[in-house]
Amino acid sequence: MKTYRTHLMVCAGTGCVSCGSLDVKERLESELNHRGLSDEVKVVITGCNGFCAEGPIMVVYPEGIFYKKLTPEDIPFLVEEHFLKGRPVEKFLYSGPAIKEKVPLLKDIPFFQHQVLRALRNRGLIDAENIDEYISRDGYAALSKVLSSMTPEEVTQEVKISGLRGRGGAGFPTGLKWEEGRRYNAFPKYVICNGDEGDPGAFMDRSVLEADPHSVLEGMTICGYALDAHQGHIYVRAEYPLAIHRLNLAIEQARNYGLLGKEILGSGFDFDISIYPGAGAFVCGESTALMYSLEGKRGMPRIKPPRSTEAGLWGQPTVLNNVETLANVPPILLKGGQWFASLGTEGSKGTKVFALTGTVNNVGLIEVPMGTTLRTIVYDIGGGIPAKREFKAVQIGGPSGACLPTSLLDIEVDFDSLDEAGAMMGSGGLVVMNDSTCMVDTARFFTDFSVDESCGKCVPCRIGMKVMLNILNRIAAGHGEMEDMECLERLGHHIKESSHCGLGKTAPNPVLSTLRYFRKEYEVHIQEKRCPALVCVDLIQFRVNPEKCKMCGLCKKACPAEAITWEKKTPAAIDPEKCIRCRSCIQACNFWAIE
Amino acid sequence: MAMTKLTIEDLKRIKEEVRSTTVLREGGFRAKVNIHMGTCGIAAGARKLMSVVLKEIEEKKINGVMVTTSGCAGLCSREPMATVEILGQSPVKYCDLNEEKMKEIFVHHVLNGEVVEAYALARGSETTY
Repeated sequence: MKTYRTHLMVCAGTGCVSCGSLDVKERLESELNHRGLSDEVKVVITGCNGFCAEGPIMVVYPEGIFYKKLTPEDIPFLVEEHFLKGRPVEKFLYSGPAIKEKVPLLKDIPFFQHQVLRALRNRGLIDAENIDEYISRDGYAALSKVLSSMTPEEVTQEVKISGLRGRGGAGFPTGLKWEEGRRYNAFPKYVICNGDEGDPGAFMDRSVLEADPHSVLEGMTICGYALDAHQGHIYVRAEYPLAIHRLNLAIEQARNYGLLGKEILGSGFDFDISIYPGAGAFVCGESTALMYSLEGKRGMPRIKPPRSTEAGLWGQPTVLNNVETLANVPPILLKGGQWFASLGTEGSKGTKVFALTGTVNNVGLIEVPMGTTLRTIVYDIGGGIPAKREFKAVQIGGPSGACLPTSLLDIEVDFDSLDEAGAMMGSGGLVVMNDSTCMVDTARFFTDFSVDESCGKCVPCRIGMKVMLNILNRIAAGHGEMEDMECLERLGHHIKESSHCGLGKTAPNPVLSTLRYFRKEYEVHIQEKRCPALVCVDLIQFRVNPEKCKMCGLCKKACPAEAITWEKKTPAAIDPEKCIRCRSCIQACNFWAIE
Repeated sequence: MAMTKLTIEDLKRIKEEVRSTTVLREGGFRAKVNIHMGTCGIAAGARKLMSVVLKEIEEKKINGVMVTTSGCAGLCSREPMATVEILGQSPVKYCDLNEEKMKEIFVHHVLNGEVVEAYALARGSETTY
């Protein structure tokens, strides 16, 4: 093993790769070579660093210096200054929305300070394509401990003590699921990893698979040992090519080391894993639908019982866990269930990974202890709302989730508190919305998604959601009536109660939660035929309010239809004949002068 | 890759081997060696000092020593220079170095904590991150 004085950890998560991090890496290598530093400075490609908003990202060790938004053109200067002469380059350092001075070190950046990394414990610290680096961070040490010194019952017991609950959405206790899977004496049994992450705006599982694929393989193998199963399947979206590539590499490396296959670590336990790329139907994230899809059938949920632990894949006992759940397993076995349970709330232990997106400064992937408040997530980690806008809501849990208002910012996020608020943990998508978001429109967006993705098996979801969408469309078009709100609520509750699977049971949540917390906004749409956030096009007059107009002319520049007349020192005016109602002027105006 | 079925001992061995090269990503250093790499330092042979230090760390499988570079410290006539800092003690600057002296400093000061006064210039250092 060669020793280098400096390691450059270049983020190669999907976010940074799409911003050009691989070009940065190539330029780094050629420049280091040119400067004769290749033997002293090592370039390492890592999985997602998490701070996607600032990509391409590079972290320099041993100092721990965080460089952001690098381009290949920046590299020659950076290499000469920092890696040759030892002077960190200030202009590529981070400075936050609230902090003017540059923050050189990753550990001092607020985005990272409030996070606790467990599922993402190797984030940015290992080469995702190198099994040795995973091993160096205690990788496969849990498996080795389990196989050499624990019985399957002890493994299950430890997971039960940890209080780990499924990170895929519903939060079923993982230890209990394993125990049930162990109880049925029908062989073969199967372990499935659910990587069919389908919520709009969510990318937790993708990042874990890209950054630390071995942690999932290790978790699955441990689960296999607990159940007496010898085959695992990873169901992962075909839209995640990088995740699939790294998983394939990881499986091959693990097989070569004998960490998958026959006689793992000389213990007599056999386990192997295969990958199944799913075609990308939202419903296939539902466990029974996923299993049908794996069998080559149409992805549709079935009635439970029997539970999958009794009769799952091919009718055999099957334990299905989400990616993040499985990534949490190795440290639980290594450090003990008590260690895991020491963090979190009464009913929800450990941490949760969230994909923080929307109108928030620090978009990215975060991991926080259960019980962290929404305020900490949005303001301390997320850095607040950009462009002087106001916070309005946070959408949590995707199409099964809800929009929570300002008054709930201090809610301590865990499975139970969210449930109580009419929301859902979901897989962990967290979309921040500012005051230019219309709640009726948001509800409509998610309902539209659920209508598209409904598998059609049961009537409440297939037809009920469509009826809800029609009503929402009517309200957004200005034809709503006051009774519509009650009708939506009634229908929503019926759908929740009578739908077949978890997706149908939660599909009305976006509508019900916006009705609960933003009822006024529906009323304004219905009674005043007005959309306060200026989103619903049919309810906008496209007229300039001369009292609010600051006569800056920005709207004229933005208008693609040349419908706006404006001259210096006079308010702008919109010609309704020419206006195509595209909302460009509304987005351009900083003063809400267009009504 | 050839098939090499690991035993539990193999796994531990890989962990220790790789960890000694990746531990610098985790912080927790007890000593820092800073080689001055201004134009003057490089011209006077600072690169050789760097090679010596890295070789020592590699051969002796040493953890917890951070190696960094810095620019010209302003005393170009006494280059090559290096600063050694043991955590919790004030840094010591060495001047007029060569490979042998650097090795001596590494063994005595970095590993054993004894300042090599014969080559030392002063206590204290410019600020680096």
